[in-house]
Amino acid sequence: MRGSEFPEIMTFRGSPSQGLSHSESNGEQSFLVGWIGHERSLTQIRYNAEGDLLFSVSKDQLINVWYTHNGERLGTYDGHNGTVWTIDIDADTRFLISGSADNTMKLWECATGKCLYTWEFPTAVKRVAFSEDDSQVVCVTEQRMGHSSTIRVFDINREGDGTNQSEEPVYKFSPIGSKATVVAFAHEPHLILTGHESGKVAVWDAKSGDEVNSNEHAHRDVVTDLQLHPDRSYFITSSKDKTARLHDTKSLAVLKTFPTETPLNSAAIAPLRPYILIGGGQEAMSVTTTSLRQGKFETRFWHKIFEEEVGRVKGHFGPINTIAVHPSGKSYASGGEDGFVRLHHFDDSYFKSKPYGDVEIDD
Amino acid sequence: MSQTNGISHEDEGIDYSDIEERYRVEQTEGFDNLLVVDGVPIIDKSKLEKLVAKISKEFSRKGAKISPENITVPFGDDGKSKGFIFMEFKTPDEAVHALTTMNGVPFDSKHNFIINRFSEIEQYANMDPVYIEPKFEEYKPREHLRAWLADPQGRDQYATYRGDDVEIHWHGKPSNCEVQYERPNWTDLYVAWSPQGKYLATLHRQGVRLWGGPTWQPIQRFAHPLVKLIHFSPSEQYLVTWSHEPIVVPEGALQGPQYFSPEDEGNSIAVWDIKTGNLLRTFPSIPVTGGDEAVKKQGVVWPAFKWSSDDRYVARVTPGQQISIYETPGMGLLDKKSIKIEGVVDFEWCPLGDKDMDEINAAKSGAPGKAKKQPRENMLVYWTPELGNQPARVTLMAIPSRTILRQKNLFNVSDCKLYWQDQGDCLCVRVDRHTKTKKSIFCNLEIFRVREKDFPVEVVELKDTVTDFSWEPRGERFAVVSSSDPNLGNAGPGATIKTDVSFYQLDRGRGDFKLLTTLANRTSNTIRWSPRGRHVVLATVGSTSKSELEFWDLDFNNEDLGKKDGPQEWGSGIQRLGSADHYGVTDVEWDPSGRYLATSASTWRHTLENGYAIWDFKGQELEKHLLDRFKQFLWRPRPRTLLTKEQQKAIRKDLKKYSRAFDEEDATEEGKVSAELIAQRKRLVDEWNAWRARCKRENSGRSKKRNVAVEDVDEEKEEVAVWIDEVIEQIEEEVVE
Repeated sequence: MRGSEFPEIMTFRGSPSQGLSHSESNGEQSFLVGWIGHERSLTQIRYNAEGDLLFSVSKDQLINVWYTHNGERLGTYDGHNGTVWTIDIDADTRFLISGSADNTMKLWECATGKCLYTWEFPTAVKRVAFSEDDSQVVCVTEQRMGHSSTIRVFDINREGDGTNQSEEPVYKFSPIGSKATVVAFAHEPHLILTGHESGKVAVWDAKSGDEVNSNEHAHRDVVTDLQLHPDRSYFITSSKDKTARLHDTKSLAVLKTFPTETPLNSAAIAPLRPYILIGGGQEAMSVTTTSLRQGKFETRFWHKIFEEEVGRVKGHFGPINTIAVHPSGKSYASGGEDGFVRLHHFDDSYFKSKPYGDVEIDD
Repeated sequence: MSQTNGISHEDEGIDYSDIEERYRVEQTEGFDNLLVVDGVPIIDKSKLEKLVAKISKEFSRKGAKISPENITVPFGDDGKSKGFIFMEFKTPDEAVHALTTMNGVPFDSKHNFIINRFSEIEQYANMDPVYIEPKFEEYKPREHLRAWLADPQGRDQYATYRGDDVEIHWHGKPSNCEVQYERPNWTDLYVAWSPQGKYLATLHRQGVRLWGGPTWQPIQRFAHPLVKLIHFSPSEQYLVTWSHEPIVVPEGALQGPQYFSPEDEGNSIAVWDIKTGNLLRTFPSIPVTGGDEAVKKQGVVWPAFKWSSDDRYVARVTPGQQISIYETPGMGLLDKKSIKIEGVVDFEWCPLGDKDMDEINAAKSGAPGKAKKQPRENMLVYWTPELGNQPARVTLMAIPSRTILRQKNLFNVSDCKLYWQDQGDCLCVRVDRHTKTKKSIFCNLEIFRVREKDFPVEVVELKDTVTDFSWEPRGERFAVVSSSDPNLGNAGPGATIKTDVSFYQLDRGRGDFKLLTTLANRTSNTIRWSPRGRHVVLATVGSTSKSELEFWDLDFNNEDLGKKDGPQEWGSGIQRLGSADHYGVTDVEWDPSGRYLATSASTWRHTLENGYAIWDFKGQELEKHLLDRFKQFLWRPRPRTLLTKEQQKAIRKDLKKYSRAFDEEDATEEGKVSAELIAQRKRLVDEWNAWRARCKRENSGRSKKRNVAVEDVDEEKEEVAVWIDEVIEQIEEEVVE
């Protein structure tokens, strides 16, 4: 079932030295990658709601935005003075929120690249996320120098030009125990979903800062990524413990487990098809030989329901740090330690093939 | 003769009285040196002096010195003695000694001494005279330790150890592979099967535990703290354990035949009886002098003790000095002395073949009729290096008679390795020889045919250095890995040594070993013969860049493996069946039936792509599991077959008939599997869809995106109404269901 039977995936290639990437002339495979935009490893990539734009952040302190149909860079948001760890875009593609190692979180105007507001914290911002109605953002800060890892929720004032934001968070709490590494809004507006360094996954009441629900042993190692299904009823996590898991948001019960043999950095749920995408790879420092073989720098596709691997896509020269799937499910992108973003369009066979026969699977 | 721990006192003249002292229950102070001796003849006063003198003499003769003054004889009113006397010893120790040596000893034809402690008399006198019948403990039938052999599908089992979890798997056809039992934290160090598969051993801080039966009940335990290495005897009767920490018996430690006693302090090797769990004897370990780094680091050459294959003897070598052979079950030194052999380096017992086993069994059961042939005596082989004027020597010795059966002198020897063929038919001595200048090493194989008269020896000379040698089980062939690679011995990381693999076979007609074929320019460094012979796997193990597996058949043209001496061309039957690759393979093991091969990459060696794979003998991959933190893969061994040679032959003859039934089974099986898989998938999909439907219903009331939140109030009311409708519908649905 591996690889060969899996629908071929279009790979977009391009010259890293060019600002623009181009479509392959033969038409069937479009295009690009190796966006010159970043000089250091990628930390997170996100599609906007329409899927026409892809935002990427990197250790080179830049936020870039790209056209997804051809890979052309639309612009850069310049202003952070440290690794930009995280990014999120609202549903209108009006506001962009970013968190960085320079201890700030910034709100940007998507269209102009203008920085609208900056919040300052004692430590780096590791993860930001908009709420479902875009009226709030949640962020988690790093645990460092006596400061505990803290989760803050801010109201976003959507009136006016967006520069009039409140400096103080509406809610603020610090989870006791293992620090939170990833954070998002859960199924209810005031509930916050976190993934922790210890492998714990928990739901918090933002108002009281109480832990509403938790699964201490969701993973055995650091939770590296957490992406929700659009209706927020379930989510996927990836972990350094080499597994990715699907969880029920309400009960935090583990629904599915996808075990691999390499530490994972990111996992995403593909719309349309019953697949999940996971990526990772042995870090350069722990690879003893130079062989790519041990790296496992491939995006793996697993069947969401049957927990079986269905295919792999190669391409990166280093671990994959972040994966995002187009909201329509027609393409996906991966960002690697190698500084490249690779954008792949699924071809027809991906949608037509039925490796498991005729089964109707709800999204 | 008193026995303690099943070891006789005569054994090396050890005095065990202090153990007895230790075990004694603490008595009331002051009366410990008083004994009451019963069973003394009843006399009148006139004979008192004579009797006391006689008793005193009798006691003193056994080493329990008592002077007549310290003997008190009570008399009754009738002037007759009461038939018991009191003795007062100088110390409690002497009293204990007298008690143990004299209790039950006959005084004359009618009288036996019955001795009790004075302090205990009261206790006995106050006993309830009513006899209470002791309750019989209800007999609990034990699970059959060989139940796994009765599996209707004839599957084999294997154990895996990954992370903290130990699992026992069934391995058969793809549909019948399943986990039989799993248990987290079953062991602290590793697991091991006993040689015939009856027990599974787990190692813990406190000692070793044995498990068995279909539900894996604890069978036995051996309290050897911090045990590191274990070694079973071939017939699963005894267990040898070793810990790098010398034995310490702390104050208040448990006492009994199953535990260490103060004598054992300082020793680090223990021999146990598996059935009773009793400690048989402990030994100090012999400090490692030579050997390679790994052995030195470990601190012991393992197995330290080598068992003869009938479990009757266990022996170990003190390098340079002697071989000590101990006889089971007493663990006494055979003939009370070790075999002194100046310079001895190593030895090996000759394994008993199926034929020998049959003969032994026949001799035991005393089969009537034909004149039984005396079973062959146990035999061992040892070698000594050059010493002064005496050349290096390989010697075959029969045990227990210590007759030297054959001796062969060897010259220019730098090292020897001893390899017995598993049926005990042949012995190969791999002699690493150096040239006169000692600059280069080459290799001779000296092959002894020990079943033939005068033990003829063949020599196979090889120009290269031999790195591995292996006999074909039950066969007359062997394989050697040789290498002339200049990097041999000091290979840098990542470098792979080039090797040649050669097969040799005994030429019956000429009585010597002849080269079948040489496979040149390989990287294989490991030979694994199928336990049934014929098939062999060559593997490159422990290399970072190569991990090839080659599957070979040595009788490819020969349909019937019964006759090997067909007129075909010499070596033409050798054929490669397949090749494969298991990246980072560290262990290669055949299953006991010789049908499957397991390869594993253990995290003990490296952390890349740990896990295991199972192949069929043709090199087809059947399963592969990449499991991080994977540590151990072990097939469960099987005992010797119970079928006689004739029965086996009959089965082989009718193989076609049997195989038809199996083929049919396979075909139905296959259909069933895919049906099952489809059903399973359908179930998963149904579960998922049901769950999603539930989620969606629950979500439907929730306000959607921001756009929805600002919608008209009226519309929201409408929404609420719709939602109630839905709930009612749901309830109806459920009732119908």
